[in-house]
Amino acid sequence: MSNSQTVSIAGENALIIYFANKPSAATSAEIATTAKKLTTFLGATLIDLVPSYASLLVIFDPFKTDHQSVRRAIWTALKTTNKTPATQHTDSGSLVSLPVYYSSESGPDLQTVADRAELSAEEVIAIHQQTEYHVYAIGFAPGFAYLGEVDKRIATPRLATPRKQVPRGAVAIADRQTAVYPAQSPGGWNLIGLCPQLMFDPTSTPTMPVKVGDRVSFKAIDKGTFEAMGGAL
Amino acid sequence: MSLQVHKPGIFSLLQDGGRTGQHSMGITTGGPLDRTAFRWANLLCENSEGSACIEVTVGGLVLQSTIKTTLALTGADIPLRINKQSVALWRSHSINPGDTIELGFARSGSRAYLAVGGGFQADPVFNSIATVTREGLGGLHGDGSPLKTGDRLPCNPIEDASLWQLPENLRADYSENSARLRVVLGYQQEAFSETQKQLFFNSEYSVSKYSDRMGYRLEGAEIIPSLNGILSEGICLGAIQFPADGQPIILLNDRQTIGGYPKIGSLLSLDIGRLAQLSAGAKLCFDAISIDQAKSLLLEHENQFSTEFRKPIKTSN
Repeated sequence: MSNSQTVSIAGENALIIYFANKPSAATSAEIATTAKKLTTFLGATLIDLVPSYASLLVIFDPFKTDHQSVRRAIWTALKTTNKTPATQHTDSGSLVSLPVYYSSESGPDLQTVADRAELSAEEVIAIHQQTEYHVYAIGFAPGFAYLGEVDKRIATPRLATPRKQVPRGAVAIADRQTAVYPAQSPGGWNLIGLCPQLMFDPTSTPTMPVKVGDRVSFKAIDKGTFEAMGGAL
Repeated sequence: MSLQVHKPGIFSLLQDGGRTGQHSMGITTGGPLDRTAFRWANLLCENSEGSACIEVTVGGLVLQSTIKTTLALTGADIPLRINKQSVALWRSHSINPGDTIELGFARSGSRAYLAVGGGFQADPVFNSIATVTREGLGGLHGDGSPLKTGDRLPCNPIEDASLWQLPENLRADYSENSARLRVVLGYQQEAFSETQKQLFFNSEYSVSKYSDRMGYRLEGAEIIPSLNGILSEGICLGAIQFPADGQPIILLNDRQTIGGYPKIGSLLSLDIGRLAQLSAGAKLCFDAISIDQAKSLLLEHENQFSTEFRKPIKTSN
């Protein structure tokens, strides 16, 4: 476990903790653990937390506390987190399996990804399922989880011209990241399939099946199962 | 029991204090861009802090009431007429069933806040009524849509309410389309050389027409930090980021929660309202302040709400 964290001012009521220079499973777990501790330590003085690839933004109520007190709470949280061996951090995240109907009709870029990789579509589908991904960050839109890292062989750059409409549930690749579009939106990622499970549902608890620090694996399903699970093309 | 929308105007949104505690799902805050004007609108109607108001951008909103209540309009200088009669801003008015409330178009400033007694009622989404169109969350229908003709805005009748007005010295004046804004240095500030910082703090920027509730884009001296991209990280309200073209973007209430451009720091929250009242072409300059100065300024600002408002002027109406 590294002790190289730094804390910087972000704004009048926000501090940002930098954990590492690049994302990793250990860093994600460390961020999730720290976020949990700060939620307890800061209580009602905490307004919001934004975990991301290698940082945690801490937004506090400037009328209830000040940056010095928040800094002290952060260092206390970090000190206790640093003492925990990396292997034990995974207790903050769970493994979530997401079903995907991979095909050219549900993933219009599947063949492009395969051609670029000089592989068959079946091989791309197999490789996409082989990796256990880490939820590095959630952003861009409510419920959009950035998952990494995609196997080098099927990493594919974004489309030169983004689509105006990507359907809800689209499973996509951009460079070494993959994601499931939580809602219909514009997007420039390569679409390889559709996931029938909602990634963001304001009416359900929890709203999202994943959070930062969790791990995700994908499991291929056929068209019949996809439709039986409520999926629509 | 409602105010009915006859015309929604250019862009009118229900806004309460904002949606907090949801950033980890990628959900932004929304809420009033000019928080000071928003708070006064509520206080003039004797509402609790953060009650839902209408944020009116530029103007054109026409409402008709089915109930007796009070109403106040604050912020941008938008002509207000009740039953065709011009009435003052920054004070509360009695409204009776059948009354028509008409807003003209801004003579100065860009955002006005219309409050009614008890606040507008709508079902909160993630604990807030704040409308964020980009996310499709909040507002009257919960789906992020702006007000439209035919909407009925639920509110509760208010009988025998006192009327109040705000002393002139506390009313914001937006007549100058220019401002000096204060910045707390932070984030990647060390990636900006002394020369680049001096250039930023000694240059005049103008507000681009591509500015909205998500962010205000500025045009002026190019600022190039030593980093051209960073790992995406949490963005706080008012963060000032520099994409590759070196032109600053100030991120506001509807910002994305994470982003990967280097940031020099963040605007003082008290100055966000001033910025959001400016229109395209407005001139801006920046001053650096410390986080401790920011705290003193926040406390000082808060005082005006607690002390001076306790001696409001009771009107004869």
